[in-house]
Amino acid sequence: MDLWSLEPVALPAELEALRTNVRAFLAGELAAGRIASRCDQWLGGWDPGFSRRLGERGWIGMAFPERYGGSAAGALARFVLTEELLAAGAPVAAHWIADRQTGPGLLRFGTEEQKQAFLPRIARGECFFAAAMSEPDTGSDLASVRARGTRADGGWRLSGTKVWTSGAHRAHAMIVLARTEPRTADRHAGLTQFIVELPDPAVRIRPILLLTGEHHFNEVVLDDVFVPDARVLGEPGSGWHQVTGELAMERSGPERILSTFPLLAAAMDDLAERGDQAGAARVGTLVARLWALRQASLAVAGRLDAGAAPAVEAAAIKDLGTRFESVVTDTVRLLSRVVPDPGSDRRLPRLLAESILHGPGFTLRGGTNEILRGVVAKELGVR
Amino acid sequence: MNETIAALVATVRDACAERSGTGAVTACADGGWNAGLWAALEQIGITTVAVPEEQGGSGGDITAAVAVLEVLGEYSAGVPLAETALLAGWLIATCGAAVPSGPMTAAIAGPGLRTRREDGGLSVRGTIARVPWARHAHRLTVLDNDQVIVLERGGFTLTRGTNLAGEPRDDLHVDAVVPASQVHGLPAGSPVSVQAFRSRAALARAGLMAGAARRALELSVAYAGEREQFGRPIGRFQAVQQHLAAMAGEVLLAKVAVESAALAFAPRGDADLAVAAAKVVAGETAGVVASLAHQIHGAIGFTEEHALRHSTTRLWAWRDESGNEDAWSEILGRRAVSAGTGGLWPLLTRTR
Ligand SMILES: Cc1cc2nc3c(=O)[nH]c(=O)nc-3n(C[C@H](O)[C@H](O)[C@H](O)COP(=O)(O)OP(=O)(O)OC[C@H]3O[C@@H](n4cnc5c(N)ncnc54)[C@H](O)[C@@H]3O)c2cc1C
Repeated sequence: MDLWSLEPVALPAELEALRTNVRAFLAGELAAGRIASRCDQWLGGWDPGFSRRLGERGWIGMAFPERYGGSAAGALARFVLTEELLAAGAPVAAHWIADRQTGPGLLRFGTEEQKQAFLPRIARGECFFAAAMSEPDTGSDLASVRARGTRADGGWRLSGTKVWTSGAHRAHAMIVLARTEPRTADRHAGLTQFIVELPDPAVRIRPILLLTGEHHFNEVVLDDVFVPDARVLGEPGSGWHQVTGELAMERSGPERILSTFPLLAAAMDDLAERGDQAGAARVGTLVARLWALRQASLAVAGRLDAGAAPAVEAAAIKDLGTRFESVVTDTVRLLSRVVPDPGSDRRLPRLLAESILHGPGFTLRGGTNEILRGVVAKELGVR
Repeated sequence: MNETIAALVATVRDACAERSGTGAVTACADGGWNAGLWAALEQIGITTVAVPEEQGGSGGDITAAVAVLEVLGEYSAGVPLAETALLAGWLIATCGAAVPSGPMTAAIAGPGLRTRREDGGLSVRGTIARVPWARHAHRLTVLDNDQVIVLERGGFTLTRGTNLAGEPRDDLHVDAVVPASQVHGLPAGSPVSVQAFRSRAALARAGLMAGAARRALELSVAYAGEREQFGRPIGRFQAVQQHLAAMAGEVLLAKVAVESAALAFAPRGDADLAVAAAKVVAGETAGVVASLAHQIHGAIGFTEEHALRHSTTRLWAWRDESGNEDAWSEILGRRAVSAGTGGLWPLLTRTR
């Protein structure tokens, strides 16, 4: 089975300099009070100013070629950067989708004009994207999308309703998955990805608040939106292939392991202050698993860097990693005996509250764990 | 995996396929060992893998040793390769002495052992508990503070014992005067320590567990494809598929963890941290995989007739040997808490 060819990589020593620089930069941002450390900031931490400061340093679109504003540093350098940002609990949500999936998608499938139009702006931290895939009746079964694209003069007209569209209300553009041919026996055929620039009078965006009350998700109604041919991403009809490739590649990043890391870190000083000896073994169990998950996530980055597409490995690691994120929450909750309090000005109660209330999302976003295990079962030959 | 190691692993795999099939494993249950496989491994020249060639070893490094141990674990191979190469061979070679041939085992001199200098050598008396493979080993090496004592087979008697899988774990009773030529002083600044010994032993068990877990998964996948209920193979049921996928994730994680821990033996690595983590994760994997494998096999897997037990009893045995999940977690946890809130992340990323 191909699964077993996943091997650890040793990070090249030159990336230590990058790590040191990122740490120094983050320490400065935190000390100056420009950012605060919170849990799950790649979902909730929308801070265009911070994104722009990262862009100035060349820390968005690191894997883009230089002619599009990137530094062609590769997947391992991007891994080091992103894990440092996540471990610090920095607010990276604004540029996250653009950096992680839109950029690579444009690089692989976009026209030269599209690359020129978007990639340098993404890399500068000035252009944010949303991903409009899910619909009211379409979550895990993405092939069942109903949003329609119909041919029009010089382009396409899109109609339909998208949901759970992260950040659509603040993004500069979104990638919409729509059906452009009648459904046939091959459910995966006839889907197309479109770049819709925002705002657009024919796009209505309505907030759907998270259970924390935060505005992150949206319902997006496409009411006969015109999209010129120049804004079709890739070949019409190959949307399924593009979208699943995108999802598969991005499943095992450090964000699938570190959403609650700021909470775990905060618990260390608390345990030390209270001299909790008994808590050490339980903390150690978490540290062990986190260490191993990080090695596995890094191993996938190593395969990506080498040009492979370790989609099944990524699915398996996302399943393990996202379950771990909530084990952290529960362990710290039980060990610290702190009452979670979203409004607290003390660190631990606040981080604990964030982790609990954001917890349900960890094992849903990017494909549910049941679906991911289905992907692995297929590789094992039983499905 | 570099090409040399890949070729080595392929050769070991062939030898195991030939000499460590279910019949051979069953035959050496209850305290026996697989002498035929050992001879084949000697022929391949890997029984002292990770011991430098200048010292009479097979050469290679710890990553090669772990790759080989994974295969041996997969085949439930009844041979003391971990003890011979990673422990005894390492102790002797570090002292600058020549590593002898033949199977060996190794132990730390605990409070039950007393040594005293005597004319012509070192008097060694007392007991060492649960020494792996002792009854089949030609020699026992004992790490005693700053010296390594090599006891020949005749230098001790033993009370037989086994682990859950029937592998020999014997109590040794020593009453001997060991000649000075068999007592080696550790050079100043040598990497050998009780902690380093424990780490190596734990990494070896973790490597074996990663292999055994993989076998338990493969047996389960195969069984899910064959066994029919309600008119179709049980692997067609989503609940069973989810079990198998969950097992595969654990097995993958354990494999990457032990191989990463082996890499952490490189300069600037933090092998202590990495091995502790790998042993915890391999132990957790052992528990999850053994339990799901038995669930999937139903009653047949719970019998002596079925080969599954060769893997699962080893998983249960090895997770408690050389420090269980809690023992290593406590060490890691103490380091994490003393690193503090600001130090936890640097601690986690320092192995590379
Ligand atoms: C924080 C967050 C951010 C998100 N951001 C975006 C975004 O930006 N853009 C976007 O398009 N979407 C986004 N989503 C949506 C996300 O991709 C979907 O929630 C996810 O794919 C699951 O779909 P669903 O919610 O419709 O659940 P459903 O598919 O209805 O699933 C409900 C339950 O049934 C199970 N189930 C369904 N089918 C199967 C099956 N075949 N086998 C076994 N079990 C099954 C699921 O595992 C789950 O437990 C986001 C979701 C979250 C939580």
